[in-house]
Amino acid sequence: MKQLLILSGKGGTGKTTVASAFIALSKAEAYADCDVDAPNLHLVSHNDETYSLKGFYGLKKANIDPDKCISCGLCYTHCRFGAVIEGEKYIIDTNSCEGCAVCRLVCPVNAVTMKPNVVGDLMLYRNEKRVFSTAKLHPGNGNSGLLVSEVKKQMKDNAKKDTAFAVIDGSPGIGCPVIASLNAVDMVLIVAEPSLSGFSDMERIIKTARSFETDIMLCVNKYDINTGITEQIKQLCEKEDILFAGCIPYDSSAIYAINENKPVTDYDGKASDAIKQIYVKVFERLLDKV
Amino acid sequence: MKVAVLSGKGGTGKTFVAVNLAYANKNSVYIDCDVEEPNGHLFFKPVIMQKTDVNVQIPVCDEYLCNGCRKCVLFCEFHALAYIGSKLMVFDKICHSCGGCEIICPQKAISEKNKTIGHYEYGYSGSIMVKTGILNTGETSGIPIIKQLLKDDPYNTGKDIFIDCPPGSSCSVIESIKDADYCVLVAEPSIFGAHNLQMVHELVKLYNKPYGAVLNKCTDGKNPSADYCQEASIPILESIAFDRELGLLNSEGKIAAQESEHYSKLFISLLEKIRLGVEK
Repeated sequence: MKQLLILSGKGGTGKTTVASAFIALSKAEAYADCDVDAPNLHLVSHNDETYSLKGFYGLKKANIDPDKCISCGLCYTHCRFGAVIEGEKYIIDTNSCEGCAVCRLVCPVNAVTMKPNVVGDLMLYRNEKRVFSTAKLHPGNGNSGLLVSEVKKQMKDNAKKDTAFAVIDGSPGIGCPVIASLNAVDMVLIVAEPSLSGFSDMERIIKTARSFETDIMLCVNKYDINTGITEQIKQLCEKEDILFAGCIPYDSSAIYAINENKPVTDYDGKASDAIKQIYVKVFERLLDKV
Repeated sequence: MKVAVLSGKGGTGKTFVAVNLAYANKNSVYIDCDVEEPNGHLFFKPVIMQKTDVNVQIPVCDEYLCNGCRKCVLFCEFHALAYIGSKLMVFDKICHSCGGCEIICPQKAISEKNKTIGHYEYGYSGSIMVKTGILNTGETSGIPIIKQLLKDDPYNTGKDIFIDCPPGSSCSVIESIKDADYCVLVAEPSIFGAHNLQMVHELVKLYNKPYGAVLNKCTDGKNPSADYCQEASIPILESIAFDRELGLLNSEGKIAAQESEHYSKLFISLLEKIRLGVEK
């Protein structure tokens, strides 16, 4: 199964808009939303309402038994995450706890236990035509990289054996969830935006993706907001040897489509036409590759 | 006052709102906590006065002392250690720097060394102090940089602070809003925007912060974010209309409140409303 991952660096450049269009155009049999911090693909890319849900456990978190605690403060001095709150009895700030278990290690009276901890929900939409794996991190939690790996695994495990390709919607940024999503994908499509911010973020995501053995293509969304910077992006692609897949114009029908819970390519328009052309280019390359 | 600007969804205009608030307020401190993709400095173009590396501690193993007992490997919850071919291997990208391996090693074979994961810098743009954190590419967590950035420092005394948060609603956002007096939630008029607004709304409620919403890029069409605000009784501080001219200004890294009378007034009035919200 070839995996296409859509990334952007900067948020809000149109990852989900492009991913949902590709899923519809290719009639994808497997797809996933790895933006577990702010997942949106399910709003435009599911065609039935039933899904199975399970809690996702992150690393266990510390808990101090107040009856056993002798207030020696060793846990407090050894915790590097500021997760132990000083007091008459010491307690754990679960939101700051990273689950390293050092407090349990240093506690002289075995007052610390590590407790299972649900950090998010993992959802699977499934019918005879396709599987769609997605998840939602509970507010304020860490472990987003682990959850991203689990989303991809759930998609792979449930896809039919002969599934030719999968489309994966990524998250913004360059950190933990992005790096977890990049693992073992065949191609990355970067959706860039022609602004100084978009340019700077694009350079950083290219650098990040480059350290993985993956093919990279790039398209520019809302290219006509600033044609000068669009030109600079094209030049950078040439210099960096990144295949340029095309430009998408600003088109108010994109937001109209989203608010109707539909991929933009379900409607006619400038953006829809451009995405269809980009789709052909990207998939030819994705599927022809040996 | 300390104001955090957040959104859940990326690209809704967090940096636009935070930069323009800091500019309109004068004599303020702008802190860019979106260390994965920091952009505020592209607008302020500050003259950098000081640059500081941010280091984390990662383990190093003395091969002569190590007897291969693997206690550290078993202890590490992050699977950052492996004992392969009579040698301890450290996967520093997934190490959380907890220090547990050093404590547990019976041979005292493990010590720690600094590893630079990024830096933060200070600079001035007119009367505005600009602080930016930058994570090195390939590193997974920017939290240590955010912590350093937000630590009190001599430059800040008494000034109003505007914090530009990373997108999402995870641990790095928590770190950024922990000490804020007020949270501004920026949302787009789409079902994506509304869904992510709901997520950050849950977050600010969880932390008991006063908050209000700024709806950005509004058009005549549907506005699911405005509907959510009404439903959840979130005060709408401002609705900013979609404006192609503004899009161009932003794309070129210009500060709208500096370039245009209209936006200058808009952000001064937004500041007033935030100040009232803080005092409540």
